[in-house]
Amino acid sequence: MSGTMNIKLKVWRQAGPKAPGKFEEYTATEVSPESSFLEMLDVVNEKLVLEGKDPIAFDHDCREGICGMCGMMINGVAHGPSKLTTTCQLHMRSFKDGDSITLEPWRAKAFPVIRDLVVDRSPLDRIIQAGGFISVATGSPQDANALPISKMDADEAMDAAACIGCGACVAACPNASVSLFTAAKISHLGLLPQGQPERYRRALSMVAQMDLEGFGGCTLFGECMAACPKGISIDFIKRMNGDYIWGAITEKPEKVTLGSG
Amino acid sequence: MKLDSRIPSGPIAEKWDKHRFEMKLVNPANKRKYHVIVVGSGLAGASAAASMSELGYNVSCFAFQDSPRRAHSIAAQGGINGAKNYRNDGDSIQRLFYDTVKGGDFRAREANVYRLAQVSVDIIDQCVAQGVPFAREYGGLLANRSFGGAQVSRTFYARGQTGQQLLLGAYQALEKEIARGGVKMYNRHEMLELVTINGVARGIVTRDLITGKVEAHVADAVVLGTGGYGNVFYLSTNAQGCNATAIYRAYKKGAAFANPCYTQIHPTCIPVAGEHQSKLTLMSESLRNDGRVWVPKKREDVGRKPSEIPEEDRDYFLERKYPSYGNLAPRDISSRAAKEACDDGRGVGPGGRGVYLDFADSIKRLGAREIAERYGNLFEMYQRITDENPYEVPMRIYPASHYTMGGLWVDYNLMSTIPGLHVIGEANFSDHGANRLGASALMQGLADGYFVLPYTIGHYLASNQFEKVTTDHPEFRAAVEAVEQRTARLLGINGKRTADSFHRALGRIMWEQCGMARNETGLKQALREIPAVREEFWQNLTVPGTGDSLNQQLEKAGRVADFLEFGELMCLDALHREESCGGHFREEYQDAGEAKRNDDAFCYVAAWEYTGDTSAPVLNKEPLAFENVHLATRSYK
Repeated sequence: MSGTMNIKLKVWRQAGPKAPGKFEEYTATEVSPESSFLEMLDVVNEKLVLEGKDPIAFDHDCREGICGMCGMMINGVAHGPSKLTTTCQLHMRSFKDGDSITLEPWRAKAFPVIRDLVVDRSPLDRIIQAGGFISVATGSPQDANALPISKMDADEAMDAAACIGCGACVAACPNASVSLFTAAKISHLGLLPQGQPERYRRALSMVAQMDLEGFGGCTLFGECMAACPKGISIDFIKRMNGDYIWGAITEKPEKVTLGSG
Repeated sequence: MKLDSRIPSGPIAEKWDKHRFEMKLVNPANKRKYHVIVVGSGLAGASAAASMSELGYNVSCFAFQDSPRRAHSIAAQGGINGAKNYRNDGDSIQRLFYDTVKGGDFRAREANVYRLAQVSVDIIDQCVAQGVPFAREYGGLLANRSFGGAQVSRTFYARGQTGQQLLLGAYQALEKEIARGGVKMYNRHEMLELVTINGVARGIVTRDLITGKVEAHVADAVVLGTGGYGNVFYLSTNAQGCNATAIYRAYKKGAAFANPCYTQIHPTCIPVAGEHQSKLTLMSESLRNDGRVWVPKKREDVGRKPSEIPEEDRDYFLERKYPSYGNLAPRDISSRAAKEACDDGRGVGPGGRGVYLDFADSIKRLGAREIAERYGNLFEMYQRITDENPYEVPMRIYPASHYTMGGLWVDYNLMSTIPGLHVIGEANFSDHGANRLGASALMQGLADGYFVLPYTIGHYLASNQFEKVTTDHPEFRAAVEAVEQRTARLLGINGKRTADSFHRALGRIMWEQCGMARNETGLKQALREIPAVREEFWQNLTVPGTGDSLNQQLEKAGRVADFLEFGELMCLDALHREESCGGHFREEYQDAGEAKRNDDAFCYVAAWEYTGDTSAPVLNKEPLAFENVHLATRSYK
């Protein structure tokens, strides 16, 4: 095990959604390279609390890279320098003694800052509400093995379903587009036979919702894929666009038949 | 307090069908007139909220994270059991029932476990219909793997992210119902009090974590799906936010707390590496399908590179001690065996608290590609945390607190001792006895939420009359005031120690004295030490900031305050249970390292009743009858 490090931190501090924000500087001392990035921040915060100052607010929960709660811009990169790694899984061995690290919240108009590094990601839930599901109620569906699904399709659906909803794709995108997140869900469900009946309607309404939430348009920069801690492929965006176009051509407005109930 | 388990009469295989017919129903047009509160949005909470909304009930759901999808169910890796017998390897509902009762070391309620095994098959069907991308074979049918404590392959999985995919299935069903208007979702809200009127649960008090606003919510029934209390140990595999506050507040309002000393220490976690460590990461039990657990035979070899230790100098202790189950021995047994090896001075890695989990044989047999296909993401996770490549050097693992079998006492209908308060998932005590088998937590959470509670809640609502109350009712006002006072008190101590430092202090006591092995002396010592820590907490805590905005230190302090009381209850329970069973290992009661139960004296559920802050809780007993699986000493040899 190598020795400990001192790290300079420049952190975005903002007391509330409407309050003005500014960068403040801190020093993290005697940081063990074995500790995680958030554990380094824990130590900084503990010190701030003991000095009677407000600690740095940041979202986090599982600390094993799966809940999607954590996320911040670390030196301008969503989730920091390690590929396929959430902020909580980033370790200090990725940095060296004397490094300066700048921390900012996810940057996107659709994700307003709540406090410091904490942002409001509720638009992601609303995009799912617009159609990111299969309309099946709890009950007694057919036997699970009555519907064989090719391993390739199941694997590809799983690749898309691995999205953790952290919002790094939005933060990394120069347009603050949420296309990768939306496309991942459209593809997960659209690749499976269970998802076919609602496939094109789903694409139309989820895309409409992402526009409504104020996210930018996708111009295929590819920054989202590079930042995604789960390696979700930008190919899913092509699939979403295909489903959207086909839906726009073929989907008919819902017909209301009076008195049919 | 009278504990009526309300187990239906008749043969065990017919109880649930019979009960479903006998329960009262709510007319479809009347369902929307009932309001049900669900606290928690994990597998149990989300599936319950979505299913009740689909039935037509008016549901409110609360989560402390920013989205229901963050709940810690998401981190479950290995799989979910279902008695489908797709492998034709001798599985059946009866066998899953038997394995679960035996795995729980004969401390679970038979009727509940049987029902769990029955609905396990429906869960798999339901999840596939929702689009959960379970692993499949080339023929297109579902794949299975084996898990600890079973000799059949009945575990369904989605890579190493089964919990994530099942939770997303339930989350999507929940979001569908939110969009339809059946569920009102309250994200970033924490339940801080249960409200009872004339002894009946009628609502909750929450704090909006963004604005700090304390709010009362009225309902006809309250459901807690708030998870377990494993973070009482400070370091655990749980998420940072997991806490006992909701169930502990309910306990203080009169809900009996059952078997708090039954905690599961998971054998395969990444060992502690540093003093500022905030959590321990689980490595899925599924790894034990292909990994072999060993330590050096000789103490002087612990410092050597594992590759330099020849085969004959390695002790594959699980295979040696439990030849028929080998590396797939149940969790409690595997954890204790690892501790024993380390206590014997043969542990590896920093501090000597680790054993090897070695894949070399499997890589030789199956090829690295096949191993990557099965466990690739787990191997990557291990490497990210430890900076070691498990394809080349064996993993180092050590047991860590993972799951809590104890929880609020519930009857067959999942209702606590407070009428109207239902408890589901890890938050209740009902199905796992003194030890939970792998891949059974997901099964239980979804069984409760999809297939049990939606029936039993209807029976409760149809069987009772509900007086119209508003948040102006004196009980609601008193509860709101209590929460506000408590918040003000936490903010006003202005001492010199952080909430985390008290949590660490409590965690150390709990892990040392009430962890993998317990004894009378240690537990009595803990019962002296915990009140002292608690006393200092209320004198010397510091919480910066105010109560009217996002204040993560304040949230943490409230949770630690409850853990500081709850830890004492856990030790009390562990002290009173003078036997070893499952995850509760009392050193005084053993047969050469194996747990020694005392069925004559302790074949019961211990349900603790709160009587006041200065008086001892009262022990109530629900006797356990084993009519279908005969009480026997567990053997995995």
